[in-house]
Amino acid sequence: MTITIRKAAGTFAENKDVAREIRIKKIMPAIAKDREIILDFTDVTGATQSFIHALISDAIRQNRVKAFDLLLYKNCSPIVKEIITTVTEYMQES
Amino acid sequence: MKLFLSNADYLRNFEAFLRSFDPAKPSELSIATHKKWINVHPVVLSIVAALAHTVHPSKVTISDVTATSGHYLARMGLFESLGKKSPFKISEHESAGRFIPLTQIRTQKEQTNFITDMIPLLHMNPQQADAIKYMVGELVRNVLEHSRSKYGAFVAAQYYAKTNIVRLGICDTGIGIRQSINQSWPAKTHLKAIKLALTPGITGTTTREGGTEANAGAGLFFIKSMAMVARDYLVIYSGSGLYKLTKRKRTKGLPHLRINPNQDKHSETDKAPIFPGTVVGIDISLEKTNEFTALLAVIREAYTRAVKERRKQHYQQPRFI
Repeated sequence: MTITIRKAAGTFAENKDVAREIRIKKIMPAIAKDREIILDFTDVTGATQSFIHALISDAIRQNRVKAFDLLLYKNCSPIVKEIITTVTEYMQES
Repeated sequence: MKLFLSNADYLRNFEAFLRSFDPAKPSELSIATHKKWINVHPVVLSIVAALAHTVHPSKVTISDVTATSGHYLARMGLFESLGKKSPFKISEHESAGRFIPLTQIRTQKEQTNFITDMIPLLHMNPQQADAIKYMVGELVRNVLEHSRSKYGAFVAAQYYAKTNIVRLGICDTGIGIRQSINQSWPAKTHLKAIKLALTPGITGTTTREGGTEANAGAGLFFIKSMAMVARDYLVIYSGSGLYKLTKRKRTKGLPHLRINPNQDKHSETDKAPIFPGTVVGIDISLEKTNEFTALLAVIREAYTRAVKERRKQHYQQPRFI
């Protein structure tokens, strides 16, 4: 399954309500069924840490290794990559 | 309530502005202005607009604006936000300045629209825009999620091309940081609450390490870190608490970020006039934010270190006999 972040959240991903919806309706059910999810950040220039946290932190908290295996991040800008790395790092420390 | 708009209301002089703020009689708002010259940071305008919305329009008064720079107040939408007729006429053909007039944001949709619209208004290039979008996205969302203010956030910004700085102000008249943080973390004073809010991983929504599925307790730490790296001013004012990050010495490369806000170069007080809500004012130097990705990497390292150290505090210790 591929989720196009630009379509859902625009070129700058800051809408936490959108992140929450993607998490609840797409990410968590896919992980529960062991299905791979591609989060496509093509044309997304940036994101807030809050957005990425709302998008993936719970998947990591609840599923740990499986979340890392099944969540793929495509075409991330350096900023988006950095923020995703931040969230995945601190969630592993929590 | 009384306020005075002076000729030097920058973040550097924020304490001087506060000396003019009298929160007594909260059902009235009286605004006086310097007779000859008005020079105010956008955060001051956001404070005025936020307070005005808590008062009946008939109880809001502004003295005759005689300063020639009073025209700026009209362009920034101050009179409109007060429900007053502007004494200044703005020509339709006047070239757009590099500013965002006072804007009220009450919903996520309004936040998204604001972020989309503000960059062209500031006449900035896309690279410069990332840091500003980031700050507005985090700070306005904080208001929408935590303040419980029915009026939302009041935002204003100005870009100074000569110095390549954006001045940003965000204000709400919600429950304030102390009440928000106290839901999960004890803070006896407003100042202590502000410092908790600046601490990585601390959010009023939970005591759990790493936050909830929606909140990590990272937003203000990121903002403070960005201001630290750029050697810029940051003001956080809520209740009687004021925390102002001051300019640190210039060093080579990016600085080592401190987790404990007490260790940053700052001024503070817990005796400020009681503000009914939260104020955040920040100056963002865009030269430094050109390296936004590198900046985020430094912040990431500091944040993860903070979470790790706090987690260690809860480790069970072996019993040696």
